[in-house]
Amino acid sequence: MSDWKKICALGDVPVLGARVVDSASHGRIAVFRSASDEVFAVLDKCPHKAGPLSQGIVHGNTVTCPLHSWKIQLEDGQVVPPDVGCVKHFATRVTNGEVFLAL
Amino acid sequence: MRKLKLVMVGNGMAGVRTLEELRKIAPEMYDITVFGAEPHPNYNRILLSPVLAGEMTIQDIILNDLQWYADNGITLHLGSTVTAIDRNKRTVTAAGKGGETISADYDRLLIATGSTPFILPIPGNDLPGVISYRDIQDTDEMIDAAARYRHAVVIGAGLLGLEAANGLALRGMDVTVVHLSDWIMERQLDRSAGKMLQAALEKKGMKFKLNAHTAELVKGESGRVCAVRFKDGETLPADLVCMAAGIRPNVALAEKAGIHCNRGIVVNDTLQTYDPRIYAVGECANHRGTAYGLVAPLFEQAKVCANHLAMYGIGRYQGSVTSTKLKVTGIDVFSAGDFSGSDGTEDIVLHDPGAGIYKRLVLKDDKLVGAVLYGDTKDGAWYFQLLKDGQDIRDIRDNLVFGNAHLGDVGHKGNSLAAGMPDSAEVCGCNGVCKGSIVKAIKEQGLFTLEDVRKHTKASSSCGSCTGLVEQILASTIGGAYQPADSTSKPVCGCTDHSHGEVRKAIREHKLLSVAEAQAFLGWKTPNGCASCRPALNYYCLSSWPHEAVDDPQSRFINERAHANIQKDGSYSVVPRMWGGLTTPAELRAIADAAEKYQVPTVKVTGGQRIDLLGVKKEDLPAMWADLAKAGMVSGHAYGKSLRTVKTCVGSEHCRFGTQRSMELGVKLEKMLFGMWSPHKFKLAVSGCPRNCAESGIKDIGVIGVDSGYELYVGGNGGIKTEVAQFFCKVASDDEVLEYGGAFIQLYREEGFYLERTCHYLERVGLEHVKKAVLEDAGQRRALYERLLFALQNYKDPWAEIVEDSSGGLHKRQFEIIKV
Repeated sequence: MSDWKKICALGDVPVLGARVVDSASHGRIAVFRSASDEVFAVLDKCPHKAGPLSQGIVHGNTVTCPLHSWKIQLEDGQVVPPDVGCVKHFATRVTNGEVFLAL
Repeated sequence: MRKLKLVMVGNGMAGVRTLEELRKIAPEMYDITVFGAEPHPNYNRILLSPVLAGEMTIQDIILNDLQWYADNGITLHLGSTVTAIDRNKRTVTAAGKGGETISADYDRLLIATGSTPFILPIPGNDLPGVISYRDIQDTDEMIDAAARYRHAVVIGAGLLGLEAANGLALRGMDVTVVHLSDWIMERQLDRSAGKMLQAALEKKGMKFKLNAHTAELVKGESGRVCAVRFKDGETLPADLVCMAAGIRPNVALAEKAGIHCNRGIVVNDTLQTYDPRIYAVGECANHRGTAYGLVAPLFEQAKVCANHLAMYGIGRYQGSVTSTKLKVTGIDVFSAGDFSGSDGTEDIVLHDPGAGIYKRLVLKDDKLVGAVLYGDTKDGAWYFQLLKDGQDIRDIRDNLVFGNAHLGDVGHKGNSLAAGMPDSAEVCGCNGVCKGSIVKAIKEQGLFTLEDVRKHTKASSSCGSCTGLVEQILASTIGGAYQPADSTSKPVCGCTDHSHGEVRKAIREHKLLSVAEAQAFLGWKTPNGCASCRPALNYYCLSSWPHEAVDDPQSRFINERAHANIQKDGSYSVVPRMWGGLTTPAELRAIADAAEKYQVPTVKVTGGQRIDLLGVKKEDLPAMWADLAKAGMVSGHAYGKSLRTVKTCVGSEHCRFGTQRSMELGVKLEKMLFGMWSPHKFKLAVSGCPRNCAESGIKDIGVIGVDSGYELYVGGNGGIKTEVAQFFCKVASDDEVLEYGGAFIQLYREEGFYLERTCHYLERVGLEHVKKAVLEDAGQRRALYERLLFALQNYKDPWAEIVEDSSGGLHKRQFEIIKV
């Protein structure tokens, strides 16, 4: 059973942007908000060279890592080919305008 | 609704590429049936030479395996030759591989039957051991003959003939190349280059017989060919004869069906034949009088044809300029355009027989129209680009023949000739990619463009300084299939077909004020673009419509969002501005205090005359800025596509040689330009005398004080490509420096493409264009200058903005971490 943690209000995450959550269990997690207000969470660590994904540019449901432009799909943490790899992703939900993260 | 039926005759590169393009834009529109006469799925025909040379296997060169056809729901009939097209009933009939009759109905028919080798009409041309060089079967036969026989004769010393001869020689055969003309590859090379190439190939063991008219192929006792007899009576022993004397568009089927043909199936700019339901692409098609025998134009045709099959109805194929590159390991030959030297053309020739280098450039009306390179082809791609773009080369004429690398792209010196490089040689110094990995990726993944290579190998995808080298490797691996994109019409990124120029124009003419508005207006293909196009669009909106366009922080790279430079470990660096490189004890004290308070691990003096605090945590940035602000310091924009610094020397304030007050002018310039966003970073320098201690020669704008005033230089660059700034003008006063310099900057801000430094901008538009706008037309100069000042007025220090945060906290929140 995962533990749902309240993170912040949806409005505190910029559209096509991210916030950094520091969790005791997993370290830093990047929480993203898409243009259509979907919320995703992945470990804030690019599988390439550990770049902070939270700082990347968000487009569609994908983020481009700020260090070397790897692209990561936010729904499942998979790296967009031809690069290969994946990053741990976490379940999220938005209830009454509050963002929750399953840890 | 019933799906339309598309039938394709021919299963080669041009046809299948069209299907691939079609699946991308209209995957559900057609039920597709493909007939291929060969028993193989689509393979990379241009790589048959390496297969023959024993460098690759058939399996390596398959482009679309059977699974691909299955995955895309395509019905594939292999080994099936189409025998008739009934245009009234709209059906095609084919003889299947078991002899059975297959027929298929069509709503649209795509003919991609390619070409057939020209067989000399001489006695004995049908003997066993006489082959052409076109497909896998020919290649297999040649490999087989090489294992059993000794003498081979190749008829025709064109690209294909020489590659065949090279492969056979490598497989141990004694090869003579027979050719009708005076020198080899006469359609691609001039005499000098042809003779040099011949000498190099002779060193590899090939023999040549030129001016030779073949009269007959002689039958031996076994029934197989045994010799070639010439018109002069001479004979040459031959157990294998390979005819490579040219190709003919394969039009028999189309002609039989009554479709208009004339040295190829005649098509219009949409690749449509005279029957509007029938299209033709590839080597079988005749477009505006040309049937192309190289791969690159076929890909362009495929794209346009797919667009019309998908009923989008946009895009025209307007013909291609082609280039050729011989794929013989260790030999570099390149040619492009027209070098026959017609009326009104001029030649620039560099010939160094000792070094084995020959370059001939053909110019007409200050434009490059043809190029032949032998021995040193590293600039081939660059010449080809100049040629395709039709760029005016007046300004660079005196250096043209030395190529664009003569001043040095740093990072891979000593490795300028791709063909001679060992596989282990590093090509891309940023990402550590060696030649072998690039060649492997090109072959195994079937890559054709620089973009593909960048995506798959990362080579040339960071600083780009090895781009020429990568293009050269690409060209030597795939030969004539290589086609650089038009630099001026290249789409911004995969999200759109529009070029930078078109996007800029639309934003200006239709007053588009935000990234989202521009994307909607221009029909962006992706919902919110990507990390390449969004920053560009944001800049174009802001620079076109200052104070009106909406800046979108989320469309800016993190450095411009966080107003600091991200480092490899995710920390940031902070560079406070020091106007003109000047500082005070109080500022230095504030910097020292901040460095200690926030435990900055590294403090470094930068090349732009200020201090860099490296390794700051993002969450500490606003507090650190607030501390620095107390000493009156503001952002140095060391992170932005914006004004960086104005470097100065001491000047006449102190220096015994100084002629002008360079520090004072530097501070004036920097204050004027504070907060200026530009297509790329922008650096200036002011030196007080021609000793030039501030290094004005390698800045976007360099000012040099002389006794009577100032000299202005533009377009210098000390980065990847060291580029010396060009003299722009001489002015008398500080105010004129601001006005002339400001006008130049504004022109660049309005016309430059995103991520184009001034040196590349000038290379594209020409210094003359800029001089005309800024120097010759005083009215335009003042207007430009005023537009610059208008755009910059009321700019507020971004650090102070975030510290004060009038946005309701959202700006500041990006620096806060949520703990759970």
